[in-house]
Amino acid sequence: MTTVPVVSSSITIPSIHYLAILPVIILLGASVVLVFATALVRTKVTQFVASSVTVAASVAVLVVTYFQWRCLDSSGPSTTIAHAIVLDGFSVVATGVVAVSLLMATLVAHDWALRERIVGAEYQILALAASAGAVLMTQANDLVVIFLGLEILSLGLYVLVAFDRHRHTSAEAALKYFLLGGFASAIFIYGAALVYGATGSTNLSTMSYFLASNVLTHPGLLYAGFALLIVGFSFKIAAVPFHLWSPDVYEGAPTPVTGFMASIVKVGAFAAFVRVLISALGTQIDTWRPILWVLVVLTTVVGASVALLQRNAKRMLAYSSINHAGFILLGIWAGTTRGVASTLFYIVTYAPTVVATFAVVTLVGGLGDENHSIGGYRGLARRQPWLGASMCVLLLSQLGAPLTSGFYAKYSVLASTIDVGGSPLALIALLSAAIAACFYLRWSSALYSDEPVEATRIVVPLSTGIVIGVGVAMTLVFGIWPGPLVTLCQHATLLFTP
Amino acid sequence: MAHVSTLIVILPLLGYLLVLINGSRLTERQIGYVATGVVGLSFVASVVTFVLLLHRHSRQVTVHLFNWIDVGTLHVPAALLIDPLSITMCLFVTGISALIHLYSIGYMHGEKDYKKFFLYLNLFVFSMLTLVLANNLVLTFVGWEGVGVCSYWLVSYYFDRDSASSAGKKAFIYNRVGDVGLLLAMFLLFSRTGTLTYVGVFARAGSLSPTVATLVVLALLLAATGKSAQIPLFNWLPDAMEGPTPVSALIHAATMVTAGVYLLVRMSPVLAISSSGRLTIAIIGGVTAFVAATIATSQKDIKKVLAFSTVSQIGYMVLAVGVGAYAAAIFLMVSHAFFKALLFLGSGSVIHALNGEQDLRKMGALQRFLPLTFPTFLIGWLTISGVPPFAGFWSKGDVLTNVFEHNKILWVLGVVTAILTAYYMSRLFVLTFRGTERFREVTHGHDPHESPWVMTLPLVVLAVLSVLGGLLDLPWIHHDSLAGFLSSTFGYVAPLHAQSTLSQYGLAAVDVAAALIGLAAAISIWRSRTEDERLTPAFLEHVWYWDDFYDATIGRPLEELAVFSDVVVEDEVIDGGVMGLAVGISRSAESVRKIQSGFVRHYALAMMLGTAVLVVFLVARVS
Repeated sequence: MTTVPVVSSSITIPSIHYLAILPVIILLGASVVLVFATALVRTKVTQFVASSVTVAASVAVLVVTYFQWRCLDSSGPSTTIAHAIVLDGFSVVATGVVAVSLLMATLVAHDWALRERIVGAEYQILALAASAGAVLMTQANDLVVIFLGLEILSLGLYVLVAFDRHRHTSAEAALKYFLLGGFASAIFIYGAALVYGATGSTNLSTMSYFLASNVLTHPGLLYAGFALLIVGFSFKIAAVPFHLWSPDVYEGAPTPVTGFMASIVKVGAFAAFVRVLISALGTQIDTWRPILWVLVVLTTVVGASVALLQRNAKRMLAYSSINHAGFILLGIWAGTTRGVASTLFYIVTYAPTVVATFAVVTLVGGLGDENHSIGGYRGLARRQPWLGASMCVLLLSQLGAPLTSGFYAKYSVLASTIDVGGSPLALIALLSAAIAACFYLRWSSALYSDEPVEATRIVVPLSTGIVIGVGVAMTLVFGIWPGPLVTLCQHATLLFTP
Repeated sequence: MAHVSTLIVILPLLGYLLVLINGSRLTERQIGYVATGVVGLSFVASVVTFVLLLHRHSRQVTVHLFNWIDVGTLHVPAALLIDPLSITMCLFVTGISALIHLYSIGYMHGEKDYKKFFLYLNLFVFSMLTLVLANNLVLTFVGWEGVGVCSYWLVSYYFDRDSASSAGKKAFIYNRVGDVGLLLAMFLLFSRTGTLTYVGVFARAGSLSPTVATLVVLALLLAATGKSAQIPLFNWLPDAMEGPTPVSALIHAATMVTAGVYLLVRMSPVLAISSSGRLTIAIIGGVTAFVAATIATSQKDIKKVLAFSTVSQIGYMVLAVGVGAYAAAIFLMVSHAFFKALLFLGSGSVIHALNGEQDLRKMGALQRFLPLTFPTFLIGWLTISGVPPFAGFWSKGDVLTNVFEHNKILWVLGVVTAILTAYYMSRLFVLTFRGTERFREVTHGHDPHESPWVMTLPLVVLAVLSVLGGLLDLPWIHHDSLAGFLSSTFGYVAPLHAQSTLSQYGLAAVDVAAALIGLAAAISIWRSRTEDERLTPAFLEHVWYWDDFYDATIGRPLEELAVFSDVVVEDEVIDGGVMGLAVGISRSAESVRKIQSGFVRHYALAMMLGTAVLVVFLVARVS
């Protein structure tokens, strides 16, 4: 079953379905354009130009996803570039989420850069590149391509985390993230090598086919391989016990970057994780399920309970996002089509919510991005009702309150878990949500506290205001009327499911 | 026809909205006339619908308005069911309502919340018509709750009086207990038949097992006892007399309190399946009629007497339903609406004349001062007492004849109640209009004055209706009158043995005798006295100590339970548990947080350990 490399005199170019890779091309292209612009244009590229290019690129990606969806409707899902890239409903929706996150995060970062007097287009260049990596991860059908996407995503983010040169915590966080990320990448690529050794391919569909048609007499190599892959993904999604970097990095990174990270890293990493576990290793579900079970329990419970002790908004949101990662894992644990759909729904609704939340945190952080104690939010909703109420809605959505998108997201992952007999697991996750409710509610009630606090009025710049408004609107619309989005996620199934 | 019948319901709502939006720009008079006008037009619409229905071949028309609830297998349309039963209800509900609205213009003159009164009154008529015309139980329930809440608002209209606000609450809570019955009946019917429209339920009624049918009937009976003030939920009605007198006449005598009877009659195809359920209904009705009549003999407040009289008369209706005499129940309901509205409005005129005095002991000899109220009240008195040829004689006789056929014991109880009825009404009449003048103290020596035309006109109209109401359904023309018109809407009724003319005349003679005995006894006793401890025993005056019984068995234990829940369960068990849990979680989280040292080497170590555990787990799985 080993593949013997054939030495050939000419290089065969595989057929390329350009529509499938157009999002990556657009994002990388925009990034390159900006690089050239900074290098060639004599005057500095203004924030306005850089942000406009980024916004245009993300809108273009959204338009492309629409055509991709139409293409799927007419000719069904397909693979391209020697089966390394996949075009299916799941990748299209996930790409759309990346584009929306990039769009929203750019608008927030634009105001932040103006406030902090940051010049140049570097931020946008890196964000575009990182988004390209995330999109590549959602489309990858090969462990090597996943790794490629992961690295493009991570390298961009390492620099973005360090972006705030005035604060040493920013650099420290970046260094930590870089060291541990490198460590995790090594583990991941080692896992990929072992899996290749066991199955003879790095291509997910070939692996899936191989595992379905052969019984491994010595599965040790495969098991060790995917154990390491799981570790690699767990690091990216910050599942306990591979989460330790995330509070420090969330706290240290410039706040708009934190919001950007929290959304697109989750989209990319979860999308690839789903593909590897369900598409490629679906036949091994009995082996990886117990691992995920433990990961879900640790991630949800530790995330929720340690968050209780935090007094820093960004750290608290870091633990909150750990708790959410646990919930998203539930859908993968279920391993069913419904589970995948609910995971996707969770990601789709969580990404805009978290970007908008960090947009508020960016505003409250003030000049220098330093003011992140929860105490700073006291009475915010009394002083500035719209801003405060928006934050309250966003927090309640993360809590999973009814009439917000967070409610249906939690409901659907729990329901798909219970479907396959995971009631105890669902119960534990639910209890963690109850613990998490404490800190979300404490924060929300602080917003409405009427103790007089010495505070200056927070100026809400236009584009950040739009982002917060859009985030709240999406939270409420998908919360009150989740039907269409649910249907979309149900139609966005994976190409290869066992 | 669809448009006209929709107007019946929409017009009162329109009046409500008009007054609500424009109320501040309209004068008191204009508000009153707008509110009265829309109800009058609604009556006209009912008449037109009635005439159209008469000329139709099929006497059952569904007017679909819109789809209201469409969830899974539950489909509830907002639709009206026009059939003989609903249109009969509409006719007398809108007719009486229009008269009482007119009366209220005079009676409520100068009240502080004049506008609010008419708002609630219009809303009430809208709700009542929704209840009556709905083609399914859910929409009926909307009307049912709507009349309940309007009743609550209107009973506690003088909310600055403690007695009025607590009477409102009492009415509301008793009704809520009954409402549970209607909800249970709906749940049960939906689970067994999969539909809640009347037509759908009746089509599948045959498939209900007798046990289920009995449960449904008992649940409906619970609902009826709440709304129609029957034992065991009857004692909210006397307290509800705290509301203004037109409200007592409209809601707590003529219309809303008969909704329970209407519901039972409407569901007669289900009642047909359960004979034990019907027997229970008959017993509840008969006993309530009797108990309320005994209480009415000993009340000192003119409106309280009439309130218990209402309970008693509705008892008759329920009794009629229990023996399957649905047409008789509706006949009594309509004629009762005439004469009881007349009596209430008459008493309102008396109260109006005496500056709000309601105590019978402070009235007397009013005959001379109220030239229009007196003769109309006289007619009301003779009608309710069952003196021929007034409406009460025919309708009550119809009920008792049917009861005689089915159950002799209940018939005896009914006749005794008839004697009591004639007795307490005569006592009321004599104490109010005859005897000595005892009102000078409340009128400060002035002569009482007759009410304005807006108040006396309804009295005259209702008096005429009370006299002629019997024509609706005379015994020898049943097939061509009300009973024949209604018969198509009822479930199977066991046919009466054709009663011999002789026995019919015999039963009628018994009714007349009962009326005359009661009349004679009361006149001879109360002509010469105003108070007598022996004739108004405390047991009866205090409503058989019914309230005290509920207070001791339900009210106080519940209050103790509430205190216990507050002090022990809430403070110690729940709060303690939650606090303990919270402290526990914080402590354990504190220890987990220690791992978060900030050093990369520690983080890497944790990752390495996690990886090692994972690999060891999988290796163990392989071997």
